[in-house]
Amino acid sequence: MKNRKVKLMQGNEACVEGALAAGMKFYAGYPITPSTEIAEICSQKLPLVGGKFIQMEDEIAGMAATIGGSLAGLKSMTATSGPGFSLKQENIGYAALAEVPCVIVDVQRAGPSTGLPTAPSQGDIMQAKWGTHGDHPVIALSPTSVKETFDLTVKCFNLSEKYRTPVMLMLDEIVGHMREKIEIPEADEIEIYDRKKPTQDEVDTYKAYRVNEGEIVPAMASFGEGFHFHVTGLMHDEFGFPSNDADTADKLLRRIMNKISDNVDDIVMFEEEFMEDAEMVVLAYGGTYRSARSAVKKARAMGLKVGLFKAITIWPFREKRVIEIAKDQKKILVPELNLGQYVLEVERIVAGKTEVHSLGKVNGEAITPDEILAKIREVL
Amino acid sequence: MSSQLIKNNFRMDRLPHIWCPGCGHGIIMRSMAQAIQNLGLDKQKVCIVSGIGCSSRAPGYMDFNTLHTTHGRALAFATGVKLANPELKVIVVTGDGDCSAIGGNHLIHTARRNIDITTIVFNNNIYGMTGGQYSPTTPTNDFGTTAPFGNIDKAFDICKLVDGAGATYVARGTAYHVNQLTKIIEKAISNIGFSLVDAISICPTYYGRKNKKGTAVQMMNYLKDSAVDTKVAEKLPPEKLENKFFIGEFKNTTEPEYTEEYMKIIKKYQKER
Ligand SMILES: Cc1ncc(C[n+]2csc(CCOP(=O)(O)OP(=O)(O)O)c2C)c(N)n1
Ligand code: SF4
Repeated sequence: MKNRKVKLMQGNEACVEGALAAGMKFYAGYPITPSTEIAEICSQKLPLVGGKFIQMEDEIAGMAATIGGSLAGLKSMTATSGPGFSLKQENIGYAALAEVPCVIVDVQRAGPSTGLPTAPSQGDIMQAKWGTHGDHPVIALSPTSVKETFDLTVKCFNLSEKYRTPVMLMLDEIVGHMREKIEIPEADEIEIYDRKKPTQDEVDTYKAYRVNEGEIVPAMASFGEGFHFHVTGLMHDEFGFPSNDADTADKLLRRIMNKISDNVDDIVMFEEEFMEDAEMVVLAYGGTYRSARSAVKKARAMGLKVGLFKAITIWPFREKRVIEIAKDQKKILVPELNLGQYVLEVERIVAGKTEVHSLGKVNGEAITPDEILAKIREVL
Repeated sequence: MSSQLIKNNFRMDRLPHIWCPGCGHGIIMRSMAQAIQNLGLDKQKVCIVSGIGCSSRAPGYMDFNTLHTTHGRALAFATGVKLANPELKVIVVTGDGDCSAIGGNHLIHTARRNIDITTIVFNNNIYGMTGGQYSPTTPTNDFGTTAPFGNIDKAFDICKLVDGAGATYVARGTAYHVNQLTKIIEKAISNIGFSLVDAISICPTYYGRKNKKGTAVQMMNYLKDSAVDTKVAEKLPPEKLENKFFIGEFKNTTEPEYTEEYMKIIKKYQKER
């Protein structure tokens, strides 16, 4: 029998527990509701494990220091909400191009601007994908419960280390502030992935941005280990030095995009229920999934043939499976706490093969199961 | 002698640099390398971080751990590097625009924390990389491509700014007074805490041309003639100080350093070892 700790905790707290379990040793951020507990708990817990916490002067600095911490060899995280997520964007792009693993948590709140600081939202879903300028790889996960927040935070670190890329955890105020009982797995039950490093005998031959045979990403040295390499946000060659060469730029950008798109099966997670005979599928994520699930159960009790798709990985999108659903002529309903963002991606993938419906809400309140049920009845 | 300095501290295959003929930035970069060599620092433990600008290209040529970041954010990246690994000697290369306009917030807060980072400002009083727009250190009434009728802003004295914000070592040097600059940089690096060296550079291509300052040689002569050492200045009558600027050491104190203070917290509270 495993002697797991059972605890009642908030989503935000579970996020920190997951990060620590994954090996986080560095946190830099700036307080903002509803993510502040993440900073507070990190400031409390990191020194206890020899880690470092720093409250920076703003979110731009929080993101920058997080990247710096990772380059110096520590698994690093920052957390924020709405306005802060906007401020982090330029440096998220830097981390993507310079291939610096790190985790960015966005506990989404109602926007735009200062909006409704304490109200839940899923309004940053498209920003997670397109927030920074230029084409860039994106991995974003969104948990639906406190336990899943723990698990997905671990997963975020693992994916960021494996693919050398910033990974976003798209929490929302519902899950971030919800309290649930969770069983914390023991250390030996948690799968941890650490970045691949070059060996000491490669000191003289190390090319910071060369992908070795059979690897997905370049081996990553830390500053101070003897590999005096260069890191830049300019397009760069295999050594990491700036280059204006068209082929070099093209090759680099395609490589960092392809490392994600070639590994969608490894990165994308989703769950389905009640699908076999479904004539309609509710596709939901994050806090809204909880209402979607109870709506689908109610619908089933009424004899309505409704299935449920939980998108756990938000980006990249699970295109293959959603195309199958569309081909099966199942209608798709996407409820979300915005005026229809993720539904745009569903429409793009489905490309007219089936009906796609949107249920959006932006008044600062969660979508209720009854609202989703009413929409199901309208669509079916 | 000099070529040995280059061989030991620069990435020979990355040279020549991108700077214009007559630019002062190369002189300051060389002075930095000389200071690092004079101090006998372990190269593997030196990390040079920069933002964006002509000046910020320097680390790419220098054979150390080097990090070229985003515009204005070098000090924030550097703070992450230093706190994550306090063993590293972290040196930031930045421009006047990079550190005092877009990066002004990071500048004052990094100084306030007194974290052990040495900042070398390559101060040419202009935005060089983007083609000569006025910067926070462009003197009032001077011209820039965005100040066609003369600059009505007042200029920052970056040394006073960081002194007020909490830096523990503050000094100014110039691309003309190289030996003094090297000594200042050595002392700045040796200070355990936040140090800033305002290294006055020249940009003949934009600042010089826009303000009719003549050739690079004439601009260097201006540095020679207009800079007065603070120690000398104390003894001079006010009329001798008109239109002059001060160089030398302005502040050299010792205060608790940020990463050392943080390590004390870890030492006291850490459970897992
Ligand atoms: C966010 C952002 N804004 C603007 C720029 C454009 N830009 C690049 S360098 C620069 C000014 C650099 O001036 P300074 O720091 O004084 O350095 P110098 O080139 O004079 O050495 C600007 C405005 C940028 N790269 N990023
Ligand atoms: S534009 Fe000015 S600062 Fe930039 S390299 Fe040329 S002379 Fe130097």
